[in-house]
Amino acid sequence: MPFVAATRALGAAGLFALSVLRASRPTRDFFSELTREIYKIGARSLPIVAAGGAFVGLSVTLLGYRALETYGATGQVSALLGLGLYRELGPVLTALLFVGRAGSSIAAELGLMRATDQITALGLMAIDPVAKTVAPRFWAAVLCVPLLTAFFVSLAITAGYFEAVHVIGIDGGTFWQTMKDSVDFHDDFLVAFIKAAIFGATSALVAAYVGYHAEPTIEGTSIATTRAVVNASLLVLMFNFVLSALLFRS
Amino acid sequence: MTDLRLERGGRVVLRDIALSVPRGSITAVLGPSGSGKSTLLAALTGELVPAAGTVEVFGEPVPRAQKALLAMRKRLGVLLQGNGLLTDLTAAENVALPLRTHTDLPDAVIRRLVEMKLHAVGLRAAADLFPRELSGGMARRVALARALALDPPLMVYDEPLTGLDPIASGVVMSLVRRLNDTLGLTSIVVTHHVHETMPIADHAIVIANGGIVFSGTPDALAATQDPLVRQFLDGQPDGPIAFDTSRTARAPEAA
Repeated sequence: MPFVAATRALGAAGLFALSVLRASRPTRDFFSELTREIYKIGARSLPIVAAGGAFVGLSVTLLGYRALETYGATGQVSALLGLGLYRELGPVLTALLFVGRAGSSIAAELGLMRATDQITALGLMAIDPVAKTVAPRFWAAVLCVPLLTAFFVSLAITAGYFEAVHVIGIDGGTFWQTMKDSVDFHDDFLVAFIKAAIFGATSALVAAYVGYHAEPTIEGTSIATTRAVVNASLLVLMFNFVLSALLFRS
Repeated sequence: MTDLRLERGGRVVLRDIALSVPRGSITAVLGPSGSGKSTLLAALTGELVPAAGTVEVFGEPVPRAQKALLAMRKRLGVLLQGNGLLTDLTAAENVALPLRTHTDLPDAVIRRLVEMKLHAVGLRAAADLFPRELSGGMARRVALARALALDPPLMVYDEPLTGLDPIASGVVMSLVRRLNDTLGLTSIVVTHHVHETMPIADHAIVIANGGIVFSGTPDALAATQDPLVRQFLDGQPDGPIAFDTSRTARAPEAA
């Protein structure tokens, strides 16, 4: 029976995703809501993404330096930093920060809208609640997570540069040249943003699905918020492995 | 509504419901909490598909296809118990929402219409306030203005007095009557507030124990000696209507 229930839930989530795509029409109201959501879930996530990126850059640089020092290859620390950030850490950690910051708020907002009759009221006014409440949040996430990933990686590389060059003493020219030689624009840079967009879509869909279908109570909203963070985080990690296996050949 | 049977989760909530609402009238649907009033409303708005029987609105069966259902709802104004105001929009933006979605009117005309709707409920000055800044009575009136935005010929009020003080209740009830008469509406008021609703109603229906137990004028309701109806009207704890909702719920199936 758990298999049947899981299959049914997966089917319902798939239909929900289709309904979001079907409800995404480029109307004036849609763009107005989209702009508002980009500010709410994208711009407001910048501080934690910046702080997270800087600390990850510092940690990876230090870890890489200590590991590579054994082999006398400390000049390669920027290659490790660049590849690690673009291929794995940047998209994944940005998506996880996004899930914690914005995914939880999407689930909580939709759960509260359900509990306070706002979603019912939209339906009764002949306004598609998915088009009004879910579609703008979904597309805002698809657009924002790649941009936040770029911001995260930029901050991480900048922090790594200052640590490697000004604290550890690696030559600045070597740092940039090694990174440039090892990070490929198409294979690493662009793929990072494709992954980020997929993670954004996944996070927003999971959060919106559990929030939209939450029990119309305070407890229901609370459960939906927790479920959004847990399920979206696990899916991001799972999809990351699948995408890495498919997209990175070398 | 003809020979209507409504179920929720496989449990019969209402059965053998036959009801017609005359055009231009105010019909009060009364009954104790848990009697199935909101379920009846859900069938009327197309949210709940009847297990048996038919529901007709504007002379047509309530559509099941999504597109036709949305078209019907544009002609139906619903005031929900919880108001359902969008919390991130101001009062004016809430009232403008159905107009912006369903019409191609220019912004200036929509602004003017919103002013008129808010003026009709006595809240023109509250246009820029958010729902969290409104009192319960004001929020209910903004929701009423929004329900009236598209000039629907049929208005449905779900527990319009819940959570309101006596003065706000009086204001809302007099608004229901005035709007019904001046705009030529037909209104259905679903409520358990008998004494506030009877003065404005043309027709009263009492629902209890899974069916309609009274249908008539407010005067006939006040004069009835039916023990079941009297228990509800007089607020007696003991009588044919079970206070325990689980007993009430099983009554139709046991009958």
